[in-house]
Amino acid sequence: MMAACSTAFTSRAADAMAAPPSAALRTRPGSLASRRGPLPGFGLSLGVALFWLSALVLIPLGALLLRPWELGVSGLWRSLSEPRVLAALRLSFLGALTASAVTLPFGLLLAWVLVRDRFPGRRLLDAMVDLPFALPTAVAGLALTALYAPNGWLGAPLAALGVKVAYTPLGVILAMAFVGLPFIVRTVEPVLRDLPREAEEAAATLGASRPQILWRVVLPALAPALLAGFAMASARAIGEYGSVIFIAGNMPMVSEIAPLVIVTRLEQFDYAGAAAVGLAMLALSFLLLLALNLATRFWRPV
Amino acid sequence: MPRLLVPRRSVLTAPLALPFLGTAAGAQPRSVQLLNVSYDPTREFYRDFNAAFTTRWKERSGETLRANVSHGGSGRQARSVIDGLPADVVTLALAYDIDAIAERGLIAPDWQSRLPANSAPYTSTIVFLVRKGNPKNIRDWGDLIRPGVGVITPNPKTSGGARWNYLAGWAWALRQPGGDEKAAEAFLMALFRNVPVLDTGARGSTTSFVQRGQGDVLLAWENEAHLAFAEFGAGQFDIVYPSLSILAEPPVALVDRNVDRRGTRAVAEAYLRALYEPDAQALAARHFYRPRDAAALAAAGSRFPALEMVTIDDAAFGGWKQAQARHFDDGGVFDRLYQPGR
Repeated sequence: MMAACSTAFTSRAADAMAAPPSAALRTRPGSLASRRGPLPGFGLSLGVALFWLSALVLIPLGALLLRPWELGVSGLWRSLSEPRVLAALRLSFLGALTASAVTLPFGLLLAWVLVRDRFPGRRLLDAMVDLPFALPTAVAGLALTALYAPNGWLGAPLAALGVKVAYTPLGVILAMAFVGLPFIVRTVEPVLRDLPREAEEAAATLGASRPQILWRVVLPALAPALLAGFAMASARAIGEYGSVIFIAGNMPMVSEIAPLVIVTRLEQFDYAGAAAVGLAMLALSFLLLLALNLATRFWRPV
Repeated sequence: MPRLLVPRRSVLTAPLALPFLGTAAGAQPRSVQLLNVSYDPTREFYRDFNAAFTTRWKERSGETLRANVSHGGSGRQARSVIDGLPADVVTLALAYDIDAIAERGLIAPDWQSRLPANSAPYTSTIVFLVRKGNPKNIRDWGDLIRPGVGVITPNPKTSGGARWNYLAGWAWALRQPGGDEKAAEAFLMALFRNVPVLDTGARGSTTSFVQRGQGDVLLAWENEAHLAFAEFGAGQFDIVYPSLSILAEPPVALVDRNVDRRGTRAVAEAYLRALYEPDAQALAARHFYRPRDAAALAAAGSRFPALEMVTIDDAAFGGWKQAQARHFDDGGVFDRLYQPGR
């Protein structure tokens, strides 16, 4: 469900930007080209797409949805309202939102530099953005922990300043920001590339200052893509396990993430209890993505 | 192109002929595979034991044995077997995990009495690993709750080793003057307040203590402590034996349903029995597991200092099932330690 929503986001963001140029090129309805596309007919395409979606997404999710009800409604409630579970859910969701919000301006800046500027090493930088995608999450987690532990290269000077990163909620947010960065950059980048510079130039000739151009011309055009990137980065960070678990410290009530509660319950052979937390995460993620999705649709700053 | 879709006769019939070839060449060496699903710190021991047993099995039966071992957290390994990992034998950190497999009908309920010594061919205990020279002067359990002492242990909810740590501390607190369950709970609460990082497994905790420099004392399996000691040099750490610890019995069992389906019962049984023989016992001692065999234990000399140890069947615990339900299940004593407002 999460994946489906995210795709809907990207396509919407892309649509929003692609709409003006493609409107001019669109074939007239009823023309030969529109009736015979390169893919087979609607029925077959939809059938294959639905089969694939069911096998990969709907059936596993269905299994997840059925499991927790073994506990009964009151058991499910009891299992979710434990203070430890609530604290973990709070950390996972608020941590993911904070991490994505902090990453958002930096992701935008990075996308801007990659699209608008030409400088030596640009391609290298471009490739590096994708590293958090490609790197096994456990490796990323271990590297971050080694770096930010109180005896690590960055952790030691920070500890001298009284800032503890590893084994605190701050470490959790750091790891979440790390995995979320490429989602924001890669969502904003294509939209930024298609953004006509003429609009900025026109605004400048009409006497707009640089902050005005940024605020009234560039950001409104990028807003849907930024929201989409924010949503995907958050969705990824909420469910992130491998890269967070090493740096989190895993203290109940303080630095324990919701996916760890799921793993803990599985270790106790409590399958239904684990699925209950999974269900709660799924529902919350869905609501979050839905809200952001609606925001992209209706909220268009001018 | 369509021609490729027509199967060629020879390709189609070749697999059918294979079984007959097999019977015709009956004198050829047979081979058998065995999967041992184990927990984390047994890696080095079973690597050596498998090599020795493979040679022995070849001599005894003429079969070429390929023994594979899978390692991981004990609870997770048990869950994999329940979920269908085709283990012939399991060699886990605690009886509770094998009981969980037995409850699902994969292992006979009386598994623990099928082999000598509670089905635990080697034992271990919980010791303290401290920094060189013991700067915080940590001698016994009582020192762990002093303010300013950082204690590293994994989370008892996810780690078998951590459950032994916790229970050893509980047993010590009960035996103190005026020690009752309330006092023991207060002791553990103070102890866990001194824990800065709760890793999910024993190896993770060792890494936090040894490589990340966290804490002043690591509660560890005796064999894991010796391994860290050997690996990182005696110049960095000391091992401290507390006045009382717990006898950790990591048990082994045959997975009945899998061996019967795969026809590997004979070799699996021989594999487990061989763990009790003198050479395997000596091997266990070399890898810092306490052997059951008195001769092997005596031969190890000062490697295993004598130590007062309680067992899980002690009246304070009443066996794994009871200890697990009371202390570690959701809502148990361990969860209470972390309840807010305490």
